[in-house]
Amino acid sequence: MFLSEATASGPTFFYLVPLVVIIPLAGLLFNIIFGKWMGEKAIGWIGSLAAGLAFLVSVLLGISLLNHPEQVIVPFLEWISIGDFEVAWAFQVDTLSVTMMLVVSGVGTLIHVYSIGYMHEDVRFQGDPGRFRRFFVFMNLFIVTMMVLVSADSYLMLFVGWEGVGLCSYLLIGFWFEKGKDGIGNALAAKKAFVTNRIGDFGLLIALFIMFWTFGTLNFDAVFAESAQAAQTVIMAITLLMLVGVAGKSAQIPLYVWLPDAMAGPTPVSALIHAATMVTAGVYLITRSYPLYESVQQVQDIVALVGGITALFAATIAVGQFDIKKILAYSTISQLGFMVAAVGIGAYAAGMFHLVTHAFFKALLFLGAGSVILGIEHGHHHLEHSGSGDKGGGKFDPQDIRNMGGLRTRMKTTFWVYIVGTLALVGIFPFAGFWSKDEILVEEQILFPPAYWILIFAAFLTAFYMGRQVLLVFFGNPRSKAVEHAKESPALIKVPLIILAFLSAFGGILNLPRLHSFTIWLEHTVKVIHPLDFNIIAAVIATLVGLSGLLASWLIYSWQYQKLQDLPPAKRPDDPLRKWLGPIFTGLENKWWVDELYWAVILNPYITLSRFLAEVIDWNFWHDWFHNTVIARSFVRLANFLANVFDLGFIDGIANGLASITVRFAGSLRKIQTGYVRNYALTVFLGVVVIIGYLILR
Amino acid sequence: MPVTYYFVLSAILFTIGALGVLIRRNAIVVFMSVELMLNAANLSFVAFSQLYNTLNGQVLVFFVITVAAAEVAVGLALIVAIFKTKHSINIDELHELKQ
Repeated sequence: MFLSEATASGPTFFYLVPLVVIIPLAGLLFNIIFGKWMGEKAIGWIGSLAAGLAFLVSVLLGISLLNHPEQVIVPFLEWISIGDFEVAWAFQVDTLSVTMMLVVSGVGTLIHVYSIGYMHEDVRFQGDPGRFRRFFVFMNLFIVTMMVLVSADSYLMLFVGWEGVGLCSYLLIGFWFEKGKDGIGNALAAKKAFVTNRIGDFGLLIALFIMFWTFGTLNFDAVFAESAQAAQTVIMAITLLMLVGVAGKSAQIPLYVWLPDAMAGPTPVSALIHAATMVTAGVYLITRSYPLYESVQQVQDIVALVGGITALFAATIAVGQFDIKKILAYSTISQLGFMVAAVGIGAYAAGMFHLVTHAFFKALLFLGAGSVILGIEHGHHHLEHSGSGDKGGGKFDPQDIRNMGGLRTRMKTTFWVYIVGTLALVGIFPFAGFWSKDEILVEEQILFPPAYWILIFAAFLTAFYMGRQVLLVFFGNPRSKAVEHAKESPALIKVPLIILAFLSAFGGILNLPRLHSFTIWLEHTVKVIHPLDFNIIAAVIATLVGLSGLLASWLIYSWQYQKLQDLPPAKRPDDPLRKWLGPIFTGLENKWWVDELYWAVILNPYITLSRFLAEVIDWNFWHDWFHNTVIARSFVRLANFLANVFDLGFIDGIANGLASITVRFAGSLRKIQTGYVRNYALTVFLGVVVIIGYLILR
Repeated sequence: MPVTYYFVLSAILFTIGALGVLIRRNAIVVFMSVELMLNAANLSFVAFSQLYNTLNGQVLVFFVITVAAAEVAVGLALIVAIFKTKHSINIDELHELKQ
């Protein structure tokens, strides 16, 4: 339905939708052009204002949809027009895209505000205050591209945004590109994210090619309309290749490896891009393409299995990590697995609902972790300047939870919001995660039991690693001097945390059982979903699983851990599980050697092949042999032949031969010229005789 | 006396003249041989004039004698000039063009 046809009972603001892209774009251009003469505060607030206004527009769109819930398409620009082929940049406003817009701009605004405080400190800890402006430019650029992605009305515009967010992700992971291991660690992490995403995008791109080849269009509605008549195998190919793209962007097996490394970016980036919004683009893509996925049952099962296995696999790795952000990264992968498993079985409302609540509590956890890191860095700096205590120099890792402990009393606000985020993630009643995760589990139990059991176990591990993290970070006694001197973060950081904590605590009211407001809201776009009855047994099981995970973590990391503290430091294991699980824990800690496996199976052979192609095929064969030997030498030979043999021999031979023939001929003619008059007279005489003889005899 | 005799005499004189031009080395003799050939021709003219009863031949003879006189003047002048440079009138020594 187009804008002009929209008739609604209340006010509608659909024509405002281009502003969700234009406003952040204006914000970033403003910061690029005038940022040089503005202070940090001004730059930060301009960036936040741009995100905030985009949120305001999204809210207005949401209100419009409440009055007129059907999809509206707002044409904006002609992009490509070649013959019959036309691509317009049009905005699709429906309940699904506006949900994403609200999440992106809403959580995005909070993270922008948080970043004003966080980056103020971070650019100083990292020693380059000039990079403050660049951060906000990149963040606004991310909002722009993410809005392009979610507001697209065709797969092509979606792909534009898809690549755009990939670029922003790359830029922001490598924000401190000269830092990290050996000075290139962060740059390598950024490259890894970029390349892994390219592999996924390759799949998506092929899917789009097949789609265009088969249907002749990339427009959502047109594709879905055409797909009803298409062959099953074609749809299967499209959806499977799209799943490759989803695995890349949403960090699913086997392409999830980039997300933990992406933690090299500043913490607000991890919160916004690598937890709340960009990585959920894959879930959005599957939900958006639901008419395609609904028609191939086998692919749906594959999607659900990929999601479920990812959820469990990543959760196990999270148990063995010591970096506060890495734990959250694996947790994000795991939760994305939950969402993918949900949309895989057709539980689009549950998946999208979990996407929204996850955006709240995972952004909260990341920002809380950022606050913790800042506090510890404060303490570390304090120690270095006062010149006392453990002068570990640059070796001190402010993100290692083994160095933490006891922050509960030192960073009170951070502690409480972190607890809220943890409970929401674990899924304890009545926090947001309880409602969304429960909904996923109920749907899985009915529609795809294998995934249900996997997810239940993943949920247990989720509770366990979150309990472990909270206990090691906030409880017990400080395990390093820097942590003893940790200091609570400023208000600019605390306020977004508190707002997010509020959302994480009460986000569940979006889709309470019996009301199903979110499901009904989404049903206008995703026609196949239906409200589900609340299953009290499933809810109790899920809560019990969560609680038992927390209890297990408490037994190990509070009760047992205290005993370990009495041992002398040399004998004390850094984690009680290391002793009990032995090699399994080493596996967890080393991420099951997946990176090493990829290096051994794919990267090293690939590098060897590249080196072979470069050195042997290209250099030795192509350059040395073919170019130098075959082409150059034969050319020299040909030139030699032409110069020495042909030119000197043949051409010069003709010229010289003509000359010498002439000379020789002339020499023989010279003999006639005796110089004696009578000879000439004789010749004349004979000539006359001949002429007369001819005249007489003819 | 038949007219043939004149032609025979004319031919003999021409042949002697031609051989003289070709064989002799003395420039004067060569010159005289040329005169002999001219006069052989004159004899033929006169003989034909007698034979066909026309005056054309006789008129032409006068022209020939006139031209011969002029030719002798030029020729002898050349021979004198040659003798002055070479101190010889042997025409075999006149082969500078060959060098």
